[in-house]
Amino acid sequence: MTNHWIDLQHSDVILIQGSNAAENHPISFKWVMRAKEKGGKVIHVDPRFTRTSAKADVYAPIRSGTDIAFVGGMIKYIIENKKYFEEYLLNYTNAPFIVGEKFSFKDGLFSGYDPGNRKYDKSSWALEKDENGIPKRDDTLKHPRCVLNMLYQHYKRYDLDKVSAITGTPKEKLLEVYELFASTGVKDRAGTVMYALGQTQSTIGVQKIRSLCIMQLLLGNIGICGGGVNALRGEPNVQGSTDHAILYHYLPGYMPVPRAGKQTVEEYIKAATPASKDPRSANWYANTPKYVVSLLKSWFGDVATPENGFGYSWLPKCDDGQNCDVLHMIDDMYAGKIKGYFCIGQNPCGSLPNSNKVRAAMTKLDWMVHVNIFDNESASFWKGPGLDPKKVKTECFLLPATANLEKDGSQATSGRWMQWLHRAVDNPGDCLSTGAIVTRLMHKIQEMYKKEGGAMPDGLLNMRMDYLTPDGKEFDALKVARRINGEFERDVKIGDKEYKKGQPVPGFGLLQADGSTSCGNWLCSGSFSLDGKNLMDRRGKEDPTGLGLYPNWSYCWPMNRRIVYNRASVDLQGRPYNPKRALLQWRDGKWVGDVADGPWPPMGMEGGKLPFIMKPDGVASLFGPGLGDGPFPEHYEPLESPLKRNLMSKQHNSPIITIFKSDKDKVASADPRYPLVLTTYSATEHWCSGAITRWQSWLTEAMPQVYVEISEELAKERGFKNGEWVTVESARGRIDAVAMVTPRLRPLTVDGKATHLVGMTYNYGWLHPKDSGDTCNLLTTFVGDGNAGTPEYKACMVNINRKA
Amino acid sequence: MSDGKSILVDTSRCTGCRGCQVACKQWNDLPGTRTKQAGTYQNPPDFSCDTYKIVRFAEGKKEGSREPYWYFFADMCRHCMNPPCMSASDKDEIVQDEATGAIVYTKETKNIDFETARSSCPYDVPRQNPDSKVLSKCTMCIDRMRSGLKPACVLSCPTAMEFGEREAILKLAEERVAELKKIWPKAKAIDADEVRVIFIVTDDPKKYHTHAQA
Repeated sequence: MTNHWIDLQHSDVILIQGSNAAENHPISFKWVMRAKEKGGKVIHVDPRFTRTSAKADVYAPIRSGTDIAFVGGMIKYIIENKKYFEEYLLNYTNAPFIVGEKFSFKDGLFSGYDPGNRKYDKSSWALEKDENGIPKRDDTLKHPRCVLNMLYQHYKRYDLDKVSAITGTPKEKLLEVYELFASTGVKDRAGTVMYALGQTQSTIGVQKIRSLCIMQLLLGNIGICGGGVNALRGEPNVQGSTDHAILYHYLPGYMPVPRAGKQTVEEYIKAATPASKDPRSANWYANTPKYVVSLLKSWFGDVATPENGFGYSWLPKCDDGQNCDVLHMIDDMYAGKIKGYFCIGQNPCGSLPNSNKVRAAMTKLDWMVHVNIFDNESASFWKGPGLDPKKVKTECFLLPATANLEKDGSQATSGRWMQWLHRAVDNPGDCLSTGAIVTRLMHKIQEMYKKEGGAMPDGLLNMRMDYLTPDGKEFDALKVARRINGEFERDVKIGDKEYKKGQPVPGFGLLQADGSTSCGNWLCSGSFSLDGKNLMDRRGKEDPTGLGLYPNWSYCWPMNRRIVYNRASVDLQGRPYNPKRALLQWRDGKWVGDVADGPWPPMGMEGGKLPFIMKPDGVASLFGPGLGDGPFPEHYEPLESPLKRNLMSKQHNSPIITIFKSDKDKVASADPRYPLVLTTYSATEHWCSGAITRWQSWLTEAMPQVYVEISEELAKERGFKNGEWVTVESARGRIDAVAMVTPRLRPLTVDGKATHLVGMTYNYGWLHPKDSGDTCNLLTTFVGDGNAGTPEYKACMVNINRKA
Repeated sequence: MSDGKSILVDTSRCTGCRGCQVACKQWNDLPGTRTKQAGTYQNPPDFSCDTYKIVRFAEGKKEGSREPYWYFFADMCRHCMNPPCMSASDKDEIVQDEATGAIVYTKETKNIDFETARSSCPYDVPRQNPDSKVLSKCTMCIDRMRSGLKPACVLSCPTAMEFGEREAILKLAEERVAELKKIWPKAKAIDADEVRVIFIVTDDPKKYHTHAQA
């Protein structure tokens, strides 16, 4: 989240798109309902009418996977009707910058596409710069190639007729949503976006979210109280696990994963550190060298020295261009290229797409170690449906883990609040925390390496793993947290202040690139005070701004800033655009309110800096060359779609996605055998694949068995009765489910044709309870987002028949 | 004596998350029963001796529109001011707590006539344990209230339930209904003068649940 949960109450219009917040984030609705009581309006855009829609003022149905078309129409509406916040656009975004002449867009493809490698050469996606290397600008916004006009050129194609034909949303509904949300493009109104997996789980997921960012920037809704683009994270600590690099392609603190092409720490740092020639740009990532060196120091301690590149060469590296996301991993596993698998706290046989492929992939392993609090369909895959345990070669281990209430540690909320939690109950039986399991395993590996040697010993043997409590049994979470925060590795003087070896670094501004500091994750630096106090453990309820920022409750990265980019909430003189919700203001030579995004004075004063400090140009990117599939989001169809052609262009699917080609990867798009759009999700009563919640009788009582939600119209057409068992089938698998016939779903008119949409959860599994059914992922396609690899769970094509 | 306690269930704010349904089972140590998916989110399908609180889900299409509605009714004993079910009780099988006004079924209800108790209740709340014959229903968490705690369902609710002194709750209900009436003319607090557990609805109570209103 750019903002935080409590801040939702300040919105005048809340757009919930790609999220079923009331069901999947029930507590969020405490704040959504509060916004409503103050006169705020709630819009829900979703393929299904859910418990969220039931509380919305406006509900707009949409065909799953077509959000860019929906939001593209909104962008067009905002620009055409001049609903944008012009002062904000001119000063805080790259709207007035000039796009280079080499950039073009034609037939659904941007300039620089290489069809052979399914990749773009992005060199033409550039802004024009002046002789000093500063982007050229036209503050009259008249230049035909200024970003705002290029943006309009791109989105004027998204007219109401076309958007409605793609999304299935009735035109009058589109207009109603556009008008209502665009009403927030003024100083004294705020609009926010709540999104979740309905945006991300798509071959164009990242660009869908970017389209929402563009919309919010046009309206001046980023960096303000009641605004933002807010990702609702899927469990209490998804934010924390992403911050700490649970994904393969980056290191803690969102720094790129080392690749074979960067053999030295200097090469790595050079590539990862952006430069800006604009003196008004803070270009915060210029500090990357400090974060990289401090990270290496946290891992390797004293043995990391300038002479050995702080141990960078000991790190394992991906090949250049290598993709190791979860789909590529399973694909490699299925191809027999992976021998062993640690599966910790995940149930891939239920939660990854195309379960038949995932389950078959597991049989190709020599061994699997599974760590979980309960048995599940992955730990026990070898006795799953259709498998003869005697014929499965994989040797499987199941290690019992502790649940979150059985250990100390931090949980980071979606709003980036790192809250320290204390163990509530003891570990049952032999259960260990995952931290203890991993640390003890590493100790054993280090011991064996010392005795027997092995491949690449330096990194393994030099890795600091002193993370157990003195009795050697438990994981010392507080010690790890302190090391993540960062410590001075020697006595050091910075400016005129002296710091002692072993003291916590009280903020990432003090991290150094010379090895004098260590820090396991620069974002978290500041979560301990210099005198060693754990700020995550704070529970102060003071609210000095009256806006519910609660600065003394827990610790919020970065630097306890509750709303990021907050300097965009004030004008050039530091006066709040909306005095009624004054997040920040410049008073008597200093910032008052939230922790400002940097200490510099307002932009209109000497020494002032641009507000989007994480961007090299200091402004937000309406034109953004960072992603792999284009500087502007463009609509492409899901891999499986009811349409033969993309109504926007000749390019049917995203041009950069990996198309997997194993015998399990059957695809049937616009195929009369599979005429129904399937969307998938989770219900309130279960959690993800249900691996934890299905053992809880109060929850299985409330949601006992697999079901498929279908419209009354489809039921009538096919003669299905509510509550009867049916078989749902895709090109990849089939599953029996109870038909839930409901007025909450309805056919949509897509490209002039009635299109039915059905929905299922992935909450069930064959293991337990025995009559609960199985996962909807037996049906879904094995394909991921072009940038992030997130599987396209939200849209594939199926058929339904009465159960034979 | 004060006027006792009351609970407000504002269905206009309820998201049907069923936190209350589960919290009730947790506090009262009631088992999860074996259920089947019957084509609805509502489960268990009805009250039982193991279920004192359920969220009833009602859906349909708004009049003259393709737009659906979906109503959530977190059903429970209303703890009537003058409870008809007590007419089935000769002695102290059913008691009305003096301090809070909660209506509590004791173990001695095994000796009274279940059908009389159930049929007397306008909200169809009482149920019977088929083995012990003891009657059962929501206790308003009298054990929690006596320790100064909110009822479990109220504590778990993120959006819709309030608990407090009856006078305060009645006032809150009145204000909320006045506010809701601006958008929903049918908004009302159901049987507010007769019951301690007051449901606010924005549409005809029958659309939520057959026994929503006396």
